[in-house]
Amino acid sequence: MSEQAAAPARILYCRCAYAQVVPADVKDAVLDGLARSEAAFEMVPDLCEMAARRDGQLADIAGAAGPEHPLRIVACWPRAVRGLFHLADVRLPEAGVDILNMRSEAAADILGGLGVQMPDARDTPAPAPHAGEATA
Amino acid sequence: MIAATVPPPRIVLYEGAGATPLEPGERTRLFAALLDRGYAVTRAVPGGSAHDDAAAATAFVVLGRFGGVVPDVGDAAGRPVHVHDIDGRSADEAVALVEEARDGRPMNRPDAGSATWKPWFPVIDTQRCTNCMQCLSFCLFDVYGVSPTDHTLRVENPANCKVNCPACSRVCPEVAIIFPKYHAGPIDGAPVSEADVHREKMKVDISALLGGDILAKLRERSAEAKSRFSKERSADAALAERRRCLTKLADAAAIPREVLDALPTPEEIERRTAEAARKAEAARAARGETTAPHGAG
Repeated sequence: MSEQAAAPARILYCRCAYAQVVPADVKDAVLDGLARSEAAFEMVPDLCEMAARRDGQLADIAGAAGPEHPLRIVACWPRAVRGLFHLADVRLPEAGVDILNMRSEAAADILGGLGVQMPDARDTPAPAPHAGEATA
Repeated sequence: MIAATVPPPRIVLYEGAGATPLEPGERTRLFAALLDRGYAVTRAVPGGSAHDDAAAATAFVVLGRFGGVVPDVGDAAGRPVHVHDIDGRSADEAVALVEEARDGRPMNRPDAGSATWKPWFPVIDTQRCTNCMQCLSFCLFDVYGVSPTDHTLRVENPANCKVNCPACSRVCPEVAIIFPKYHAGPIDGAPVSEADVHREKMKVDISALLGGDILAKLRERSAEAKSRFSKERSADAALAERRRCLTKLADAAAIPREVLDALPTPEEIERRTAEAARKAEAARAARGETTAPHGAG
């Protein structure tokens, strides 16, 4: 896997904004953890929607990924995510790509898997995850 | 429909030199608000790895707390770049600035109510798919096609798929069809167990559920309905008959009622099925196969 990779992993977070199949508390907590970290990362509203549009950003991201440039995708089941890239005519490399599943894993485990360095001021009062703001 | 929409601009939250970082909670709210309205966002941090592979972006909106001094930012490729100072603004106010930059161009978005296109369609697990083309033959809406290069199955027209209908996944003997937004595994992409595979191998053919050839049955039901309509002059009775026929199919394959109600005439179904079968057979022949695996028909 990518633990020993030379470059820091690039992180791609999918919000799955067009459906409620990813638990809202998990996706909100992961987003909050990432936002409070010092990591650079990319967020997309919905990988499914982008794949249907064959959005070129998918090719940009996959094209830059590999053993030397690891990519961590935070989304849903790996079979589904790989299928989405395939649908968009984009080859997602096998090596150097980790897919973390918000449908089956806890937010803490996902953040741990991302190796996100939480800021020292983690004990700053944090607003509750805003699941109520999630839209259709 | 998604084909009529314009890709949204790429949003960048800039917190590097010359900008004040957002408060953590404020940052989370901004990200969530943008994502839930359909915008992709990049968080750039000081000293962070910059990814200069945004070739696909058509326009950029840069947001940051610039303290009233908005930097002059350009794109080497000449794409539009809008820079907004969000100092003192709420997440919703920042989103409003993004919407302004979009200038009313149509885009699919999760919060548009009935105007939203829900991205519902199949994707193929290429590790499991054997290219038997049963799904291509089964789907009446031209979702599937054949790759012109390697003659394998592909999802050609995802937007043609009927929302919430996973029926084609039920006819796949290899459990290779995934609907990522389905509520349960393995159709949602969860790992496929031995039990799943066994179940698929053992499942009863849909046509058998209807007591024989599905097309013949539909034709028969249609003729019966027409006959009854002519005798009774009752559109309600004809509709009820159609519903009785289709309920069995809906229950067997988890097909939403709306999809069944929207089916074309039996004659049109037959024409489309023949066309799909021709495509499937041509693909198999191109790959050097002479017979349809699994007795696909």
